[in-house]
Amino acid sequence: MSKDIRVSKGLDLRLKGEAEKVIVDAAQPKTVAIRPADFHLITPKMAIKEGEKLKKGETVFYHRDNPEIKVVSPISGTLTKIERGARRKILSITIETDGANETADFGTLDVQSASPEQIKQRLLESGCWVFVEQRPYAVVASPGKTPRDIFISGFDTNPLAVDLDFALRGKEKEIQAALTAFAKLTTGAIHVGVREGNSVFNNFSEVVTHQVKGPHPAGNVGTQIAKIGPVNKGEVVWTVKAQNLAIIGEMLLTGKFNPERIVAVAGSSLETPKYIRTQIGAEVSSLLSVTGLKEDNVRVISGNVLTGDKISKDGHLGYNDNLISVIPEGDDYEFFGWNKPIFDKVSTSRAMTFSWLNPKKKYELNTNTNGEHRAFVMTGSYEEVFPLDIYPLQILKACKVKDLDQMEALGMYEVAPEDFALTEFICVSKQPHQKIIRDGLDLMYKEIG
Amino acid sequence: MGLKEKLHKLKKKYEGKKMAPAFNALHTFLYLPNETTHGGTHVKVADDLKRTMNTVIMALVPCLIFGMFNAGYQHYLALGEIQAAESFFSANFWSWDNLWVGLITILPLVIVSYGVGLAIEFLFAVIKGHEVEEGYLVTGMLVPLIVPVDIPLWMLAVAVAFGVVIGKEVFGGTGMNILNPALTIRAFLFFAYPTWMSGDKVWVHGAVERTKEIAAGAKLDAISGETILGSLAQNMEPAYSLWDSFIGFIPGSVGETSKLLIILGALFLIFTKIGSWRIMLSTVLGALVMGLIFNGVVDAGWIDNTSKFYGLMSLPFWEHLLVGGLLFGAVYMATDPVTASQTNKGKWIYGFLIGFISILIRVFNPAYPEGVFLAILLMNVFAPTIDHYVVQGNIKKRKKRLKLKTA
Repeated sequence: MSKDIRVSKGLDLRLKGEAEKVIVDAAQPKTVAIRPADFHLITPKMAIKEGEKLKKGETVFYHRDNPEIKVVSPISGTLTKIERGARRKILSITIETDGANETADFGTLDVQSASPEQIKQRLLESGCWVFVEQRPYAVVASPGKTPRDIFISGFDTNPLAVDLDFALRGKEKEIQAALTAFAKLTTGAIHVGVREGNSVFNNFSEVVTHQVKGPHPAGNVGTQIAKIGPVNKGEVVWTVKAQNLAIIGEMLLTGKFNPERIVAVAGSSLETPKYIRTQIGAEVSSLLSVTGLKEDNVRVISGNVLTGDKISKDGHLGYNDNLISVIPEGDDYEFFGWNKPIFDKVSTSRAMTFSWLNPKKKYELNTNTNGEHRAFVMTGSYEEVFPLDIYPLQILKACKVKDLDQMEALGMYEVAPEDFALTEFICVSKQPHQKIIRDGLDLMYKEIG
Repeated sequence: MGLKEKLHKLKKKYEGKKMAPAFNALHTFLYLPNETTHGGTHVKVADDLKRTMNTVIMALVPCLIFGMFNAGYQHYLALGEIQAAESFFSANFWSWDNLWVGLITILPLVIVSYGVGLAIEFLFAVIKGHEVEEGYLVTGMLVPLIVPVDIPLWMLAVAVAFGVVIGKEVFGGTGMNILNPALTIRAFLFFAYPTWMSGDKVWVHGAVERTKEIAAGAKLDAISGETILGSLAQNMEPAYSLWDSFIGFIPGSVGETSKLLIILGALFLIFTKIGSWRIMLSTVLGALVMGLIFNGVVDAGWIDNTSKFYGLMSLPFWEHLLVGGLLFGAVYMATDPVTASQTNKGKWIYGFLIGFISILIRVFNPAYPEGVFLAILLMNVFAPTIDHYVVQGNIKKRKKRLKLKTA
């Protein structure tokens, strides 16, 4: 079954340094790191202590409020370091490899005959549950609730994003197994958004396929949810990232947690951007040694340039990410930068900015804010890149003043911070939209739950 | 060591100090800051608020330059020293003599407007410890363009101080104000010093002075510079052709006279996506509709030419666009994003009502036949209400969806 969705509002951000479509194997990482911040609102309670050994797939920490939810190790080795920040909050957990590659075995599960409870149980004990996210609130799904629908985006329209068709080719069997399993966990359907000509995701059974046309954020699952069936108050929907679906499927089929992942390492600061086969939590330095760096003063991002996390050059790949973006830092002044004509940066206006002349041009953007933080002034511009049936400026202001009733009425249950990445990108007042929405969602979660 | 490094060292020196906002305002005027993103999107669009505001100023500059020439032109024309200009490029208009009059009368207005306004902005920024915001760059340019040419500078200074403090800073500065600051300044002038803001003596440079000399016993001809609206309000035939009015060879506030340049400015603002075409278009539509209604009243014979409203009511509806400050208000003042409606649907309603009420006030206000600034200020107050009902539509849709689900 296939239905068409057309996204008319949005903006394709074209950057230089797309990954070349060859897959290179990275060296086995010496250390991996897990950042609890990758699992929003999960408070980690450590399962093992510093210096203790663990196998791949064994629990590193679990959720303090719900011990069923676990995060497992992507490597076998020794837990060497727990880095803590203010109020002893755990920032990252480093595990050093022992080279033995011992893997915990959860046993195979026949997804055709397994009951929903068995599937849920297996996802929880294998640590795969953290790959399941829910809306409202954009957090790891709560196992107690049955989702209305499950949404999966089969393509990524973010800048420099991984071509999922390319990266997941050969994983069809695993993904189908995961889809079959998930189909039993929802009362509704699994909706998969695909691009025209998108090969991998077009041929799965037990799903409803939607052909999605239009510019970014057409590939964001939030956009697809909004077009297919927005979340109402009291409802829950789940979303799973395509790359995680493959890991879940493999775990169900083989009983083993395989954190292997094909990652695009891309960006204009790299010599030879490439696709690299590596694994969750891998050292970025091992990836950058494959691609080479053009310059020293760079921003390394786990994820894409709109929603990713800033990490250092010796940081690690995030638990859910399949992209490392490397772009130049922009920590320099620009003479009369605010009024001279601009040809080498992206703009949605035409105020002496000329990116409208050549919409196909690829840009080398740096991390400069191109101006200072101001109060909200301009109106009407966000709507041009925001495809959801929500008033973006109004919901942001409701979040800022913590007006819970208004936030709920304006559609807070439907959104995730990433839906506001484009409005944040084009904001002339340089307001942190994603953070405002995140804080708003956290407040609602706390107050309403 | 270059200028860039020197300024960077100074910035570090001022960091955290009281005067930092004042220094940063000047520094960021020269250099785009070296600030990088942290959290959120790692790249940002090229535009910032300075560029946005600067674009509006660029759209205003032709009106300012034209206003300077027009100040001299109206002055010498009233003295009878030059012939009326025939075409837009007439040498009688674009002369050094005319420009000189413009420079000595209008540049001081610009300097006082920016000087007083920015001083207050800096002061508030330093006291409150936030950066100097760019809103006043546009306000400071608008103010000299919407006042009569001979307005005493001290009056302007008082009005600017009032407008910036009461119209903007008390609400929290740029982005928080309810009323358009430039129009607040004009409203203050209008109600505090009405004799300097209306009548037939204030629109031409030298007219007031000449009146005083005559009163003192000098044997001179009085200079009169009645605006078209002034004539119409008194049921008199205006002294200017429609063509003059379109090009701008007429007396009036400094920057509002040339409809041609205002239309060019509007096209520039729409093209750059800085000004809202929705507001501009709907304001014009609103004015046309109200004009048509009044024309209908005249055609139906409900009033005759003895009525004091006859002159303006019988003006063909589309000619309302060519007289007075309607177009200037629609293009540069109604579109202020902070005080206008913020939803796209709301902008249509907001603009339409501005045009509609402008003509209403214009026709029914015998003392002062111009209503644009009052109409815009009124709608500024109602803009949040309009938005409220537009947003309610979205909220209702969401509630209905929920009901369908649960039913």
